[in-house]
Amino acid sequence: MDMKRDYFEDIQLFRTNTVLVATVVFLAVLAIVPFFAGAYTLYVLNLIAIHSIVAIGLNILVGYTGQISLGHAGFFAIGAYSCVLLMVKAGVPFIFALPAAGFISAVFGFVLGLPSLRLEGPYLAIATLGFGMAVTQVISHSDFTGGHMGIKAPPMSVGPFVADTGAAQYAVIVTITVILAIAAVNLVKSRVGRAFVAIRDSEVAAEAMGINLPYYKTLAFAVSAFYTGIAGALMAFALEHVSAGSFNLILSITFLAMVIVGGLASVMGSILGAALLTYLQLKLLVIQEAPGIGPFLLEVSKRFLTPEGIPNIQSIVIGAIMIAIVIFEPLGMHGIYLRTKRYWRTWPF
Amino acid sequence: MAFLSIQDLSISFGGLTALTHISIDVRQGLILSIIGPNGAGKTTVFNCITGIYRPNQGSITFQGKELVGKKPYQVASMGIARTFQNIELFSHMTTMDNLLLGRHIHMKTNVFTGATFLTRRSPAAREEREHRERVERIIEFLEIESARDIPVLALPYGTRKLVELGRALAMEPTLLLLDEPSAGMNQEEKRDMMFWIRDIRDDFKVTIIMVEHDMNLVMDISDEIVALNFGVKLAQGAPNAVQKNPEVLEAYLGQQ
Ligand SMILES: Nc1ncnc2c1ncn2[C@@H]1O[C@H](COP(=O)(O)OP(=O)(O)OP(=O)(O)O)[C@@H](O)[C@H]1O
Ligand SMILES: [Mg+2]
Repeated sequence: MDMKRDYFEDIQLFRTNTVLVATVVFLAVLAIVPFFAGAYTLYVLNLIAIHSIVAIGLNILVGYTGQISLGHAGFFAIGAYSCVLLMVKAGVPFIFALPAAGFISAVFGFVLGLPSLRLEGPYLAIATLGFGMAVTQVISHSDFTGGHMGIKAPPMSVGPFVADTGAAQYAVIVTITVILAIAAVNLVKSRVGRAFVAIRDSEVAAEAMGINLPYYKTLAFAVSAFYTGIAGALMAFALEHVSAGSFNLILSITFLAMVIVGGLASVMGSILGAALLTYLQLKLLVIQEAPGIGPFLLEVSKRFLTPEGIPNIQSIVIGAIMIAIVIFEPLGMHGIYLRTKRYWRTWPF
Repeated sequence: MAFLSIQDLSISFGGLTALTHISIDVRQGLILSIIGPNGAGKTTVFNCITGIYRPNQGSITFQGKELVGKKPYQVASMGIARTFQNIELFSHMTTMDNLLLGRHIHMKTNVFTGATFLTRRSPAAREEREHRERVERIIEFLEIESARDIPVLALPYGTRKLVELGRALAMEPTLLLLDEPSAGMNQEEKRDMMFWIRDIRDDFKVTIIMVEHDMNLVMDISDEIVALNFGVKLAQGAPNAVQKNPEVLEAYLGQQ
């Protein structure tokens, strides 16, 4: 038997034709959506795409490298403000301002990564939490960043193409999301991604392999911050406005929830988690309209919770769903995917 | 000049002195075994060499370069690989990935080339292929083909020990430190391990320092033996000489 094999098969993006076909179909669907979808649907898809970028970036840090961050709203804010300020105040074109925003955020990520060399677990969580809150404080009190009022974001433009409609925004945002997702899939399979996972699994063994621990830990923070910064910038354009108030602790925790619900150490899980939580959050805004249970929940909320009711019952429902997923499928939605795949492989037996 | 030279090494933890004025010279190309009862300080010697512990006193020179004060990853990149007494593998990764991590210091892919390897000819993909081939040869050498794509978490103990050995070999070290390579293995596995260690020394041109409790294995394959007891070096020399040393008999062999 000829044992010689081509190892590129093990590492290429599409390991089987099924994966290739599925990806092509998925991309084709993404491409034709704007021709059918209404403005609101496109807006929702834009949010999902942006949150997917954050979740992928955060997963590189949390899922792959095993570090924690409760401050990613800070990077999101830094990306958003950097990009918009570069365009508005310095006249930098969007195609340069966007990557610049990512790199500025990455620099902050690198700096925030430094304490991770000394701090672990809960201590690192607190340090990153402090970072996130500090960013919001600074931004909301500076005139340069428009203070509490924030700043209006100009439309994204690439050369003569100005993304001033929902469909055009969708085209730019989804294209960038696809590129960043593919980059992440490659990265985690490469030497760098393996070093990240090695650090997560055993720092002692990682160092014994010659992995420069300080370098790779801070690099993971920087890469994660880069993704989140880009996403923050895109969010500014999707909302056509940035203001400090939205970049709070709840947002950081929501990002973390997307990663955990989607599945740690999985790029696809990140996207699924971002999609599910984004969709749920929007749906739960109108939970009182849900058939059957809507009026009941509204009633419960009014009777037992604060007078406004609705926001509380939203948080409770979303919390319950998250707890259920984590209890019944610790691997998150990625785990559900793996099980389904195994099921279909043996189907129909 | 010795290949590895440990001079006057002392280290203590709180009130406990783990090593007292230890000096060991290791010649290139030999298999040197460190023996001694539990708690004698054998693993501590390895931890001092590899930069996990910082000795209170003494120096360790490897090919003329001082190791004391170096970080573990710096020591590793100088060509020193090790295995651990309690197996330290990347347990969620496959055997293949564990061994590929052994190639880390020999690879160059960075975050930019890593994020963009799409085609067969991209530098990262080419490098990846080349190193996978090398790893495959180690997998064949240790006969762990069946474990190739299995997460090490799911492998039996004996196989994990081999994976850890393979990972150290993948680093292409010039000095290999093995902490109880045959612990927990049955007689047959022990015999295989003995042959492999000898083969590794001969084929890979590696100098080996081994901590081992199995005296048959030690007597069989060691060129030299160092005996420790309570952090003190009792003897160093040829297996037969050390075995007959009265202090060693008293401290170590006499106990059994
Ligand atoms: N990090 C540490 N903190 C405190 N004490 C330590 C530490 N590392 C080693 N020791 C102590 O140093 C002494 C030597 O330990 P070491 O692990 O080197 O023994 P050993 O010869 O490898 O024994 P064994 O055969 O059981 O593996 C022991 O008394 C141990 O408790
Ligand atoms: Mg020991």
